[in-house]
Amino acid sequence: MSTAVLFDAPGPATRLRHLVYTIVTVVVLVALVAFAVVKLAADDQFTGDKWEVFTTPDYVRILLVDGLLQTLKMAGAAVVGAVVLGFFLGVGKLSDHAVVRWPCWAFVELFRALPVLLLMVFTWYLLGIANDASSFRAVVIALMLYNGSVLAEVLRAGVLAVPRGQAEAAYALGMRKSQVMTIVLMPQAVKIMLPALISQCVVALKDTALGQYVAAPGLTFVSRQIYTEFSNRVPSVFVVAAIYIVINLLLTALATWVQRRYVGERKQLEVLATGTADQTTI
Amino acid sequence: MDPVLNDFQPYLLGFAYTLLLFVFAGVLSTLLGVVLVAMRVGPVAVLRAAGATYVTVVRNTPLVIIFGFFTFVAPIFGVKFGWLDIRIGDVVLDDLFGAAVVALSLYTSAFVCEALRSGVNAVPLGQAEAARAIGLPFGGVLREVVLPQAIRASVPPLASVQIALIKNTSVAAVFGVAEAVAQMRSFTNNFSSERTGIFIMFAIGYVVIVEVFSFGATRLERRYRVAT
Repeated sequence: MSTAVLFDAPGPATRLRHLVYTIVTVVVLVALVAFAVVKLAADDQFTGDKWEVFTTPDYVRILLVDGLLQTLKMAGAAVVGAVVLGFFLGVGKLSDHAVVRWPCWAFVELFRALPVLLLMVFTWYLLGIANDASSFRAVVIALMLYNGSVLAEVLRAGVLAVPRGQAEAAYALGMRKSQVMTIVLMPQAVKIMLPALISQCVVALKDTALGQYVAAPGLTFVSRQIYTEFSNRVPSVFVVAAIYIVINLLLTALATWVQRRYVGERKQLEVLATGTADQTTI
Repeated sequence: MDPVLNDFQPYLLGFAYTLLLFVFAGVLSTLLGVVLVAMRVGPVAVLRAAGATYVTVVRNTPLVIIFGFFTFVAPIFGVKFGWLDIRIGDVVLDDLFGAAVVALSLYTSAFVCEALRSGVNAVPLGQAEAARAIGLPFGGVLREVVLPQAIRASVPPLASVQIALIKNTSVAAVFGVAEAVAQMRSFTNNFSSERTGIFIMFAIGYVVIVEVFSFGATRLERRYRVAT
């Protein structure tokens, strides 16, 4: 349902009323922004030396290389791992053999119910907190387990979204189960689930920021170094937030484009956290 | 496992904070989400744009950074939670707790808005058209006809959003609320050889909370499902 059906085309009185609403909203929003700017200015947050560091080439390089690149590396490694894990778990959940299906189901349910932070803290201690590399690995492993479980559900939903006749026709041709899955269902399912996969990258990328609880490298870590050196905590919050938002918007735009290009009108696949006891197989 | 079982008080206290954060932020985020969705589907273009901008920005910001905003930036605007000091037994609801509830609510409300919007889109066209035909204004169309059906249709996505909120309460640990993950970290710090047992204990706590909520949501969904 498009939004326009919710209200009639406005008449003269309604147009006037909407104009009043518009003016009130604009005034309130402008007042809020002005208030924020005045308060920040009064707190000396706009002084050049608090922002200068973000235009100094050396620090920009540190922010991008030690910060952003590390964050992207963590997210990238986690997503690659999650895709592999999600593939096996998702196919396992579709298996005809209960002995394969149930463990996969239990694994997915468990790791979808646990907070990523809990997994991170546990993995961090498991790998040894004294070891410098373990924070990075803890973040990657925790994100891999969580996102892998979500992607397993995405893959399962994607395969089940392929029209039933496809599998039936493939069986009628005499294909084996593994052939039906790899030759017929998976190529179509991948297309359907690609946008959801890219959206999951946004989740993984956002969750890398949790790494600061286990002393992991990345944007939040570098921003802490910068604000302890220059005592510009407020500007650094804004800069880090802006970097995350820009990258996530790019990923979202990519997901939308892929959806339009490869999937068409169908709604983007969405996996829900409830009612997952369904054990349908192909 | 033994360290937790021998000293069960902090464990329960941790999950008490987790549940309190979830309840407060769950209610607030739902209310705010309804307001946001009304803005986003409403007839006033500026409100639509404001709602869309809010949702886009908040959804793409890591929750940790929103917490950081309320810890370091909001005090400059005079948004402080120092007035909050409620003590119920060992549970202390202080300024850190207040900031955590607000951060979680604002973050989750963007997702609630999107879940409700997908529900609004699922309501058949004829419903809104009939409501307009009998002369209901926009508020009436939304309140009397569309939202009651949209909320039914969006029970599953709303439940997913709230389950995500249960898990996201753990981020409050980063900002000093002594909820379950913070308790687990301090347990693990003190008894690092028992880390696996401690992890299992806390994992059980989360799984129980999530599964109980998920069970309730599934029941609700079955009961409220719109006949098709």
